[in-house]
Amino acid sequence: MNTSPAPSKSDLFKYTLRQADNSMVLCQRLCQWAARGPDLEEDISLTNIGLDLIGQARSLYQYSASLCDQQVNEDDLAFMRDSHEWSNLLLVEQPNGDFADTIARQYLYDAWHLLFLEQLTESNDTTLAAIAAKSIKEVKYHNRHSSMWIKRLGDGTEVSHQRMQDAIAAVWPFTAEMFIPDELDQRMLEFGTGVDLKALKHTWDSQVSSLLVDATLSKPVAGEAIVGGRQGQHAEYLGDLLEEMQSLPRSMPNHQW
Amino acid sequence: MESKKDYPLWEVFIRSNRGIDHKHAGSLRAADAEMALQNARDLYTRRSEGVSIWVVPSNQIIASDPDDKEILFDPSKDKIYRHPTFYSLPDELEHM
Amino acid sequence: MRANQNSKTLSADELKFEELLASGRKIEPRDWMPDDYRKTLIRQIGQHAHSEIIGMQPEGNWITRAPSLKRKAILMSKVQDEAGHGLYLYSAAETLEADRTDMLEKLNNGKMKYSSIFNYPTPCWADMGAIGWLVDGAAICNQVPLCRTSYGPYARAMVRICKEESFHQRQGYEIMLTLCRGSAEQKQMAQDALNRWWWPSIMMFGPRDDKSPNSELSLKWKIKLFSNDELRQKFVDIAVPQANILGLTVPDNDLSWNEETGHYTYGEPDWEEFFEVIQGNGPCNKERVSNRREAHENGQWVRDAAIAYAEKRAKISRPKTTQDPL
Ligand SMILES: [Fe+2]
Ligand SMILES: [Fe+2]
Repeated sequence: MNTSPAPSKSDLFKYTLRQADNSMVLCQRLCQWAARGPDLEEDISLTNIGLDLIGQARSLYQYSASLCDQQVNEDDLAFMRDSHEWSNLLLVEQPNGDFADTIARQYLYDAWHLLFLEQLTESNDTTLAAIAAKSIKEVKYHNRHSSMWIKRLGDGTEVSHQRMQDAIAAVWPFTAEMFIPDELDQRMLEFGTGVDLKALKHTWDSQVSSLLVDATLSKPVAGEAIVGGRQGQHAEYLGDLLEEMQSLPRSMPNHQW
Repeated sequence: MESKKDYPLWEVFIRSNRGIDHKHAGSLRAADAEMALQNARDLYTRRSEGVSIWVVPSNQIIASDPDDKEILFDPSKDKIYRHPTFYSLPDELEHM
Repeated sequence: MRANQNSKTLSADELKFEELLASGRKIEPRDWMPDDYRKTLIRQIGQHAHSEIIGMQPEGNWITRAPSLKRKAILMSKVQDEAGHGLYLYSAAETLEADRTDMLEKLNNGKMKYSSIFNYPTPCWADMGAIGWLVDGAAICNQVPLCRTSYGPYARAMVRICKEESFHQRQGYEIMLTLCRGSAEQKQMAQDALNRWWWPSIMMFGPRDDKSPNSELSLKWKIKLFSNDELRQKFVDIAVPQANILGLTVPDNDLSWNEETGHYTYGEPDWEEFFEVIQGNGPCNKERVSNRREAHENGQWVRDAAIAYAEKRAKISRPKTTQDPL
């Protein structure tokens, strides 16, 4: 048992970085939709969500940077780390696919994100709590937006129903990871700094189930969970995503932009 | 696919601050009211311009004919007593 | 009743229309207006809207590659604003009984045009700087007077757009400034971008006045308030000193300050290239239009689903009214 009253700086750094990476990777995925949305209004909505996420990522990276032993800034953290150093959930890095895939990923994450932030506002780390309080308002809207689409695609046409159903099934194995704490999560929870991931599961399950029913969709049976994002074990497509995102500052390091 | 249908048109009204009326902001396309509200928020309040939004299906708005202007509005033109400047009051009187 | 366009004497409708124009008041959607006034407006507003929408692409390409988080957030907001501008303008065009679906279809099949400027490629990050500074700068020169254009909904859309536009140019100029103050390589990137975008920006104002067939009528109807050449001159006068501050060279050998007129004299752009690009032979014409068409077609099943859902709900119940206070 750790008896010190607060988590170590390096634990807090890693924990903050995880949340930053989630927001950043999902933002980057939404950026790939720019000018490609299913209608012009939706283009604007997806960018709005992306803008919220990049705002969250920046606050979290700035806080991480302040906790880091080395002299780094938000851009170093976002642009100079390799794929295996990224600790985002596997769910958020899943490729955009079609609009149903994007919405499935978004909704399942939004529903979790909202519950996560609600708990994080209670954190004894005042910075994390403050960032969570600000983000919650944004994520409530994200959740409303993605729920709206789950219903419309699920209970729309035969084609959309099938696509939505397939999309949910495709990302489902990546959702389990959101509720499986590792040692760092455990330590942060004990200090009253982090979130009790296991405790989120029940509410998430019932919220997701009832929306899926509304949307005339069936809930996939829980299969093998795919995990490893927090430990830096990512699929190749995170590498591709980062390569595109990081190419310019990496090809010309130590430059101002 | 057979269909080439697009969403219907909605008119958007925004109250930008407490204490003032909703003002027509423009229009947008959406399949239904819930979507119209969300789209209105994203399109017309990107710089937090609004505190309240109304959306109305454009085809539900009945407009007066500009040719009727004389019948509808001219009669009130000579009711100048409805305008505050009609009354001359002493200068000492403040806040009225 | 519509007036006989051939008769010499003006009908009551025409008189009223002329009177409104002369007094500087706005024409509003339900007012009588000459058919050509309506057609000209639909064409101009539609093209303008299409330009905003197609204009998302050259910069949208760089959102995923912006070199810092701050730049990425700014670029996302900017591209999002352009989508918004497109929608404000379609909204204005719809008050003239032009249908957005219809207009977009005409964009997709090449029957309606958009500003040629967006048919040039953006191979380098510095292009984001040059576009914001020069292309948005030129757009602002065009758009500010349009806030006083004679058609009410168009003027109001322009007011909204101009309010949002000013940060676009500033962020672009700031990108250029940062590059110019950076390494020699960065400064060269900035110079190359200026070289790429200068002439296309000059041509954004359209053909010379003596070669611009539609201009005269637009000026008479107060749809346009300044001629192409007047606006172009204004832009050059503003942009050249801005280039000097950056320490960059404007790629025009004929450029010189004319003490007498108080304006810059500038060279003649390559109008042949201009008309080539307008005809659809620019470096990126096909790509831009096919991207748009693809997005539209890929979205069809989504829009169909939303419509189907709305129709089902409408059958089940009347639309729910809001519980919140209005
Ligand atoms: Fe614009
Ligand atoms: Fe702009």
